[in-house]
Amino acid sequence: MWEMIVTELNRAMHEFAQAFARLLPRLLVLLIIALVGWILASVLKAILQSVLRLLKFDRLSENAGAAELLKKAALPTSTELLGRLVFWVTWLGVILVGVNALGIVELQDNVARFFLFLPRLFVALLLIFFGMLAASFFSRAALLTAVNSNFPSPRLLSYAIRVVIIILAISMAFEQLGLAENTILAAFSIVFGAMMLGLAIAFGLGGRHLARQFLERRFTDKKSQEKREDELSPL
Amino acid sequence: MADESILSDELIRQLIAVGEVDILVGLPTYNNAKTVAQVVQAVRGGLLKYFPRDRVAILNADGGSKDDSPMLVQAASISDARNSGPLQTLRTLHCISTRYAGSPSAGSALRTIVSAADLLQAKACAIVSPESDTISPDWIDTLLRPIYRENFDFVTPVYRRNRFEGMLVTNFLYPMTRALYGWRIREPYPTEFSFSYRFGNQTLNSDFWHQDPGQNSPELCLTMAAIGGGYRLYQAFLGPKARVEQAAADLVVAMRHTVGTLFWSLAQNSTSWKDTTEIHALPSTGAEYEVTTDSVRVNRKRLHQMFCSGVAELEPVLSSILAQQTLLELKRLCTVVDDQFHYSDELWVRTVYEFAASYHRAVISPDHIVQALVPLFRGRVYTFLMDNRESSESEIEQHIESLCQTFERLKPYLLELWATGQGGS
Repeated sequence: MWEMIVTELNRAMHEFAQAFARLLPRLLVLLIIALVGWILASVLKAILQSVLRLLKFDRLSENAGAAELLKKAALPTSTELLGRLVFWVTWLGVILVGVNALGIVELQDNVARFFLFLPRLFVALLLIFFGMLAASFFSRAALLTAVNSNFPSPRLLSYAIRVVIIILAISMAFEQLGLAENTILAAFSIVFGAMMLGLAIAFGLGGRHLARQFLERRFTDKKSQEKREDELSPL
Repeated sequence: MADESILSDELIRQLIAVGEVDILVGLPTYNNAKTVAQVVQAVRGGLLKYFPRDRVAILNADGGSKDDSPMLVQAASISDARNSGPLQTLRTLHCISTRYAGSPSAGSALRTIVSAADLLQAKACAIVSPESDTISPDWIDTLLRPIYRENFDFVTPVYRRNRFEGMLVTNFLYPMTRALYGWRIREPYPTEFSFSYRFGNQTLNSDFWHQDPGQNSPELCLTMAAIGGGYRLYQAFLGPKARVEQAAADLVVAMRHTVGTLFWSLAQNSTSWKDTTEIHALPSTGAEYEVTTDSVRVNRKRLHQMFCSGVAELEPVLSSILAQQTLLELKRLCTVVDDQFHYSDELWVRTVYEFAASYHRAVISPDHIVQALVPLFRGRVYTFLMDNRESSESEIEQHIESLCQTFERLKPYLLELWATGQGGS
């Protein structure tokens, strides 16, 4: 009996030693791959940050309003943030490639899924960034036009345009990621529809005289009969 | 070799039929039926009276008018020839109308005329606005003689204006151009001007024709090219400036064409303006300035209100353009009652220079920078109106001269902003 136990233990120990001996080189390979990945990720991060600095990306994100948001969230500058993102995505990607070397089938599936997800993540991030850039540009354009036309509540108009564009960009990004697609679509439709309805009611009730004047000016020759408020020619 | 691709085959055929000319008068039109016939008759009168022995031609570059402007140009030149009485030319006075390619733009029209002048080897070419209903035949002689007889390269006009007309010129374009480039050009954005063959030929290949400033305000680009290229400049007094009806919204467009183009040109000509220290007077004919003091109707209260609301509403935009101190002073101005409101020369010049530096650094979209200056310019207009309510012609000129000197005195500030990239807070 005792002999059997010892034999089994020896066999188990032997098998464990064999398995460990088989795994050890793979673990070493994983460690080497991780080290190479770390170096590669650091180099990529440095290159990206240099390029972004050359392109004055921080100024671009300032214009887009992204810098302000990052500041409020106590996050680093957009150049640093993108650098870190590239570093971690690269390193993680390389480590996962290394994990493949371990030969664990379940892990290999997850690794493949992660790599399929990466392009979508990048597209989603780009959508949000360019959405913020567009929101900043168009809201500022609306603000300036409204101010120079003496339009009432220019900031409200500008803010509304900014919010709508950001919501649109975020919903597109979520759709790209495949996260809560139906919920986001429904939420966007409700918010956008509510805003348009609100504007229509507000304009219909509060601005019907304005609308009438506008239409009269547009479709009759009343414009030429109007007294001009400023008679000065700037040029 | 000049780029002639802008000229259509049909136009080239017509120009070849005309042959070489001594003088070309260019008339860019786009829906100017109201005034163009009168302008053509004056041009023709001027050519017959002052250049009867020379080979002359009129070229109308039209942007696709829907009111038959080109036909009116042709009709006016024929009817005038019949009724010209004692005025007879010894040669055929050609009048060509052409529809240039693309959408209507001042740049395409002028480039067509400059290209045609180059092809025709015209020694002198004058550009006349189709809206200048105050034009007389003498204008043609005044514009062309310095080029044709005295070998000048570029002639800019001086007009008689109402004291409150053209405030974008008197409060911005003239003083800033003068301070930066060192030439006392009263109308850097002329509607009438003339140039030599040499100038036209060398300017044809300039890059600005292909850029927005060259399309929207080629007149200012040509003036800048004349200054920057070291050409022989001349200034000629023409007479009363035609009054073009302007709506309030046109101020934004006018500022895009003037402020935007001048700011843009600073980066193009930075070597030229940075080293300029002396101010030169131009050789000239007639008065250097002339203003009338007729009263004009203007809503001053609205100007003041639009300045204050502009500063308040645009604060986030202005803070990225202006220095903190300048913005603080503007905000303080909004708190004073309108009869004590005074947008001083110094503050206005600092504002303009900070805007120019921000335009150069592209802190935000260039067009947005120009638009953000509009309410501030309204404040400056308000102050100019209040300061000169009772002023005589010479007092108004003194005020403009004082503003010019402030622009000159503060030029080192612009150089500093330009070099250090400082500005918005």
